[in-house]
Amino acid sequence: MVRYISNKFFYMLVSLVILITATFFLMKAIPGDPFMSEKKVPPAVQARLYQQYGLDQPVWKQYLKYMGNIAQGDLGISMKQLNQDVSGLIGKTFSASLKLGSIAIVVSVIIGVLLGMLAALYHRKLIDNVAMVIAVLGIAVPSFLVAALLQYIFAYKFHMFRVMGFTGPLDYVLPVAALSFKPIAFIARLTRSSMLEVLHADYIKTAKAKGLNWATIMFRHVIRNGIMPVVTYVGPMTADIVTGSVVIEQIFGIGGIGKQFVQAIGVRDYTLIMGITIFYGVLLMLARFTTDILYVFIDPRIKLSGRKEG
Amino acid sequence: MKKSKSLLLIIALVLVIGTVLAGCGNNTNSANNGNNGNTANTGNTAGDEKLAADQTLRLNMTADVPTFDPGQAQDSQAHVALKLMYEGLVRVDKDGKEAPGVAEKWEVSADGLVYTFHLRDSQWSNGDPVTANDFVFAWKRVLDPATVPAPPYAQQLYYLKNAEQFNKGEIKDFSEVGVKAQDDHTLVVTLKNPTAYFLNLMDFYTFYPVHKSVEGNDKWATDTKTMITNGPFNLTSWITGQSLEYTKNDTYWDKDNIKLTKITSTIVNEASTEVLSYKNGEIDRAGAPNGDIPPDQVPVLKTELPDDFTLKPVASIYYYEFNTLVEPFDNANIRKAFAMSISRQDIVDKVTLASQTPAFGYIPPGIKGSTDAGDYRSEYKDDYFTEDYAEAKKLLELGMKEKGYTTLPPVTLIYNTSEGHKKIALAIADMWKNNLGVEVKTENQEWGVFIENRQNGDYQVARAGWNPDYNDPMTFMDMWKKGNGNNDIKLDNPEYDKLLDEAFSEVDNAKRMANFRKAEEILVKDQMGIMPIYYYTNVSLVKPYLKGVSVGYDGAVDYSKVYLLEH
Repeated sequence: MVRYISNKFFYMLVSLVILITATFFLMKAIPGDPFMSEKKVPPAVQARLYQQYGLDQPVWKQYLKYMGNIAQGDLGISMKQLNQDVSGLIGKTFSASLKLGSIAIVVSVIIGVLLGMLAALYHRKLIDNVAMVIAVLGIAVPSFLVAALLQYIFAYKFHMFRVMGFTGPLDYVLPVAALSFKPIAFIARLTRSSMLEVLHADYIKTAKAKGLNWATIMFRHVIRNGIMPVVTYVGPMTADIVTGSVVIEQIFGIGGIGKQFVQAIGVRDYTLIMGITIFYGVLLMLARFTTDILYVFIDPRIKLSGRKEG
Repeated sequence: MKKSKSLLLIIALVLVIGTVLAGCGNNTNSANNGNNGNTANTGNTAGDEKLAADQTLRLNMTADVPTFDPGQAQDSQAHVALKLMYEGLVRVDKDGKEAPGVAEKWEVSADGLVYTFHLRDSQWSNGDPVTANDFVFAWKRVLDPATVPAPPYAQQLYYLKNAEQFNKGEIKDFSEVGVKAQDDHTLVVTLKNPTAYFLNLMDFYTFYPVHKSVEGNDKWATDTKTMITNGPFNLTSWITGQSLEYTKNDTYWDKDNIKLTKITSTIVNEASTEVLSYKNGEIDRAGAPNGDIPPDQVPVLKTELPDDFTLKPVASIYYYEFNTLVEPFDNANIRKAFAMSISRQDIVDKVTLASQTPAFGYIPPGIKGSTDAGDYRSEYKDDYFTEDYAEAKKLLELGMKEKGYTTLPPVTLIYNTSEGHKKIALAIADMWKNNLGVEVKTENQEWGVFIENRQNGDYQVARAGWNPDYNDPMTFMDMWKKGNGNNDIKLDNPEYDKLLDEAFSEVDNAKRMANFRKAEEILVKDQMGIMPIYYYTNVSLVKPYLKGVSVGYDGAVDYSKVYLLEH
């Protein structure tokens, strides 16, 4: 186990270095820099800015310097949001995305599973069809359209919420709904198909034949086995949602990390681009790592050190 | 299976119809809103103006403020914010006149070089007195080569004697620069050249005072607690990328004339959301300069909300740049042919839709002319060329002959990615095709790529826009001097440069304007280095109960004197 974990860590570190290196050089390869502007500043000022931020150095030197700083855990300061620490900016904006994202995940799982179960239980009946229409719409309709429609109907038409602004608990409703729409659809479909499979499995027939009551069959056998694929899906979905949805954050005016990332790229805020990339990288790697470890505990068929020679 | 398919179809249909119906419902709803606005408005104009109990102004900004440091700011969002948080020596009022700010009164020497400002007793938000030294400190900070990061707008202070040399490190001693605190209440400023618009600049953020506590604390402008300011409002909350909140500053010298108690702002960069939010009564003003309204909604909003809809010409220009160093635009006749073969009125009426003025010159209306009240554009009409397709074809032929072309080399028009720029580019390319018989490729480029290509001269025709830094034709003209960093068309005309040099040191304003006229003639009529398209207008929606919004000649807005009527 220890060996497995240390091995994993080593590979994570290697992938992280590759990620940082690739991003760094790709970023430098894009035309433009943080101090470009439609109105040119005097050449002397421009030169001073480059020098102060070390952009006058050859790219490989900048890279080595950056790697040195990273090794010491220093992400530097933002080049466009003056004198703000990159780590501070990531912290602030990620907590906003995380808060919104966590709610959306919980909502998606509960509604998605319920919808999928209902669809499976009432297979080929009205409820099934309605649920599947919702599921198809959820997957097909892009989130900016969902967000705009939600704003239009529930905020503008029925005045139930505010169109934009993000201060009170009520302001979470529309963004959460917009954010959960697609995952709900996905989870509902997953749940439905896997439940259908389970419902027709032999052991359910056995259970029925043994005369177990309906509730016991449902909870002991059908649901437990039926939501296994959902658990697998929740991993990547969580990563996807908490890293921030640019569109949702933009439309509802939420100070999240997705919006920061896209903005940083637009203005070539080098340090912030790198900082968020590294943060995303670490986050996703840790998520995969945790999933791998968890599998060992959940599924006894998976053995970590099982593949010995011979 | 068949049954379930038809059921799916029915459900989908119901959903679609529902959406359409919801759309219809809305229209009647907003018509009612419009009527309500109407009655409220007539009520107000009828007489007694009663202030609303809650004096909170609610706004939206399309982007966060990159920095609240007046010495480092360089964008329009910071402009709006800093005008609320700071007070300069003067404050430009809603008629564009310089009203007393921190300076109670001032004298200008006969040669126009020395300004003596007499400061009133006023306070910083922490109670410290605002003194002449605070201005010296702030201006030195901007000019000092040791300041990190280097203030990008340092050149705004180059009007001061020796300021440029100090900024470039040629002079080490700041006492040689033309600004002195004679005592706490007297600031003496010496200029390099007499500058008619210098007083106006005192309300520009680079000239605002800065509290001495910022020294040694480079994080001061990132935390509302360390922002010590002297303007009508304090920034009391700032959630990165999400919202801003300002609260009235009770130590502000003119606080009795400030009626607002609070200003809140969301940060949403989605024009249609902003409009929806405005219609929903969540914000009191939408649109430029801090917000945005989608151009395609403008005609609808004009009729839907006639009392709220506001159009204001601003002194900025939208134009295309010709690269005068590359084929085929290294020939003046070809450039002229292109400029003459589009219909600007059609672009304004059918594409941009916000009643912009077609431009036939480079200096927009709204820029001061020979007198303080005058307007350059009304003194000198922009009649440098006309749209004449037959003539354009002749000029094209002539140009091609001069260049020895049998066919025109392929032409690509570049613009930075934006729906608005794209529509204009496509319309113009279409006009060139129909009116001139020239096939032009259009290409959109991401902002950074675009700017780099344009500044490096890697283009043939490129979209451009320019807004003024100060109220004088010079802010539009000096960019085309040889060697200027903004001279992307690479204009190289000794006579043009000479005319501008003369205008720079000339005291007589009428003579300066005559020089600008001649220079503009060279730029547009003789050389056609740029192809003027239209002079901008700002579109905004303002609730009828909202009064006192002051919009400057350049479209910059001052919300400090705003008040809300009962509604």
